[in-house]
Amino acid sequence: MSQTVIKVENLGKQYHLGQVGTGTMMHDVNRWWFKIRGKEDPYLKIGDVNDRATKGDSEYVWSLRDINFEVKQGEVLGIIGKNGAGKSTLLKILSRVTNPTVGNVKIKGRVASLLEVGTGFHPELTGRENIFLNGAILGMSKQEIRSKFDEMLDFSGVERYIDTPVKRYSSGMYVRLAFAVAAHLEPEILIVDEVLAVGDAEFQKKCLGKMKDVSGQGRTVLFVSHQLGMINYLCTRGIVLSKGSIVFEGGARESTETYLKSVYEQHNTKTNIAFSANESLPVQILSCRIMNKQNQETLNFDVFENVYLEMEYIVRQKVNSINLSWVIEKNGEFITCSFDTDNSPELLEERKPGIYKVKTFIPAPIKGGRYNISSVGVGIANVESLSVERSLFTFDVEESSYDPTYKSYSINRGGYMVSNVKWEITDFKELK
Amino acid sequence: MANENDWDLIIEPKNKWYQLDIAALWKYKDLLMLLVRRDFVAVYKQTILGPVWFFIQPIITTITFTIIFSNIANISTNDVPPLLFYLSGITLWTYFADCLNKTSNTFVANAAVFGKVYFPRLIVPLSVLVSNLIKLAIQLCLFIACWIYYLLESNTLSPNYSYLVLFPFLILIMAGLGLGFGILISSLTTKYRDFTFLVGFGVQLLMYASPIVYPLSIVPDKYKWIVLANPVSSVIETFKYIFLGEGLFNWFYLGYSFVFMVVIIIIGMLSFSRVEKSFMDTV
Repeated sequence: MSQTVIKVENLGKQYHLGQVGTGTMMHDVNRWWFKIRGKEDPYLKIGDVNDRATKGDSEYVWSLRDINFEVKQGEVLGIIGKNGAGKSTLLKILSRVTNPTVGNVKIKGRVASLLEVGTGFHPELTGRENIFLNGAILGMSKQEIRSKFDEMLDFSGVERYIDTPVKRYSSGMYVRLAFAVAAHLEPEILIVDEVLAVGDAEFQKKCLGKMKDVSGQGRTVLFVSHQLGMINYLCTRGIVLSKGSIVFEGGARESTETYLKSVYEQHNTKTNIAFSANESLPVQILSCRIMNKQNQETLNFDVFENVYLEMEYIVRQKVNSINLSWVIEKNGEFITCSFDTDNSPELLEERKPGIYKVKTFIPAPIKGGRYNISSVGVGIANVESLSVERSLFTFDVEESSYDPTYKSYSINRGGYMVSNVKWEITDFKELK
Repeated sequence: MANENDWDLIIEPKNKWYQLDIAALWKYKDLLMLLVRRDFVAVYKQTILGPVWFFIQPIITTITFTIIFSNIANISTNDVPPLLFYLSGITLWTYFADCLNKTSNTFVANAAVFGKVYFPRLIVPLSVLVSNLIKLAIQLCLFIACWIYYLLESNTLSPNYSYLVLFPFLILIMAGLGLGFGILISSLTTKYRDFTFLVGFGVQLLMYASPIVYPLSIVPDKYKWIVLANPVSSVIETFKYIFLGEGLFNWFYLGYSFVFMVVIIIIGMLSFSRVEKSFMDTV
């Protein structure tokens, strides 16, 4: 039974909106006046729920309220939520950058937080000097940094530039160096904000591997990311924040699914969407429909049913190499995408101004579960994307028609789409 | 298995009345030294003269003061060579003023770093103290060189060598005053920036209330208390008394400066620790 290393109790954080000025001073005076009479802070009682979109009545807002959770040693906890749900505030409080307004957090063990990579990097200093400075800021001793220096250098892959001021670095090199320091922190508890979103794919993979190592060594990790696939891959547990409160706590996969459900709730009953016209775009998608083979709009499909998409788009000026696309995702993980013309040169012909209607499909078999057409777009092949519409349809695939003896189509076999390819026996020798 | 209630760290809305965690500061001593190093390396990168600038500043100021206050305004320096007189005041004053100026914007200037990672915030003002101490040591060499030159060339100097032991104590008071005022102001400026404006010319005004461009002895008696109320004055006077044989040395006034320093440091620390946890929300 592993022990609790982080215990958060009744945590709340109130922010004051608007600007600091004379009015703020009146509140301070008022607060002080209540305090010397032994009364409670009058401004703690008020405050709206943190909902960015609606205009509240109060100047005070609770960015986090009544947060309670525990983290056990060795757990990797993913924190999920929309922008402004309070994720970053929570991480800031846990990493002691700011204090809570009410409640407390109890922590066991050494904490290091990575809310940003390369904190305190000085552009005039060389890579080598910055490794030491950044390491020290993150809480490493000089001795510790020196002993890991070669490893860091190797990890970063910028050995050649190590004695050059970092202001001469490309942004990629800068991030590599910065992450190399961060990756070699050895705290008992690691707090990571969305820092992996930077860097190229190869480097991201390397960082992910490193983080997986970190959690494998019995260390506790708290991780915030918008990339739900990453949460699924790294985390053992998850919590979902919404408007400053915890709305779900459980396994990583359940958490991401709960979160997605809440995100798509606004969309998932729609089977057709029309987009407002923007005259400045040379090409634009006007509307999009999701339907079955019989041209009926629906969001429910069978494993062996193709999912049809119909798009209407307008060409306002004569453009070459128009290219339409769709992307499909599941649990925030990218599954596949398709482009209408970007496959062979003869497809990339010129299109005259006018309104076009196209029909395409996502080929069955698609395994059971909930999928999301995360974007449709139109652009010029290899040049630019002109208009992209995100989060369109959420559709469900039911495993109703397949014979369960054939496990190829079972979600338990992994993967989301099935390639029905031929397996040809090319040689056979009978045993004597 | 460790006791379930045996927590290493408890994050709460406010600090206990005052907790100065010396152990935590000590753990970050490497960071302090690296910040000092950064200050030195970064400031003079891409300059031709580099550290020579440490000398140019006091030399030009001294020459300017000599021309304006000694040659034009004819303010007496009590038989001390004017150059040496001004240089001594400037050297010590610069240390105090730099410490104050640079620590007074600790929170505002470091908001980017403080907003992303935790370390004892006091490390930053302390590193300012140390890097300015190194600068002071370099500038003192300039002073000592001039001093030896005049010691050999003229007989107007009568240093009180026996009081030389007080010298580190003088530096301590100056450092303490700079730090105390600096962190006090830095905590006040996180929410209301008004004080930033005060520091700029306040420090300059304070210089004229210190015996730097004039000796204390020529100040009329009815204004003397103003100068002596300034805790920096007796430190500069004592410094001049030791090296130049000119100036006022009085245990009472020096004691006053010391007590003043201790009080301002306590007030500064108190306000600093009150602010350091929540300043990110108001800065």
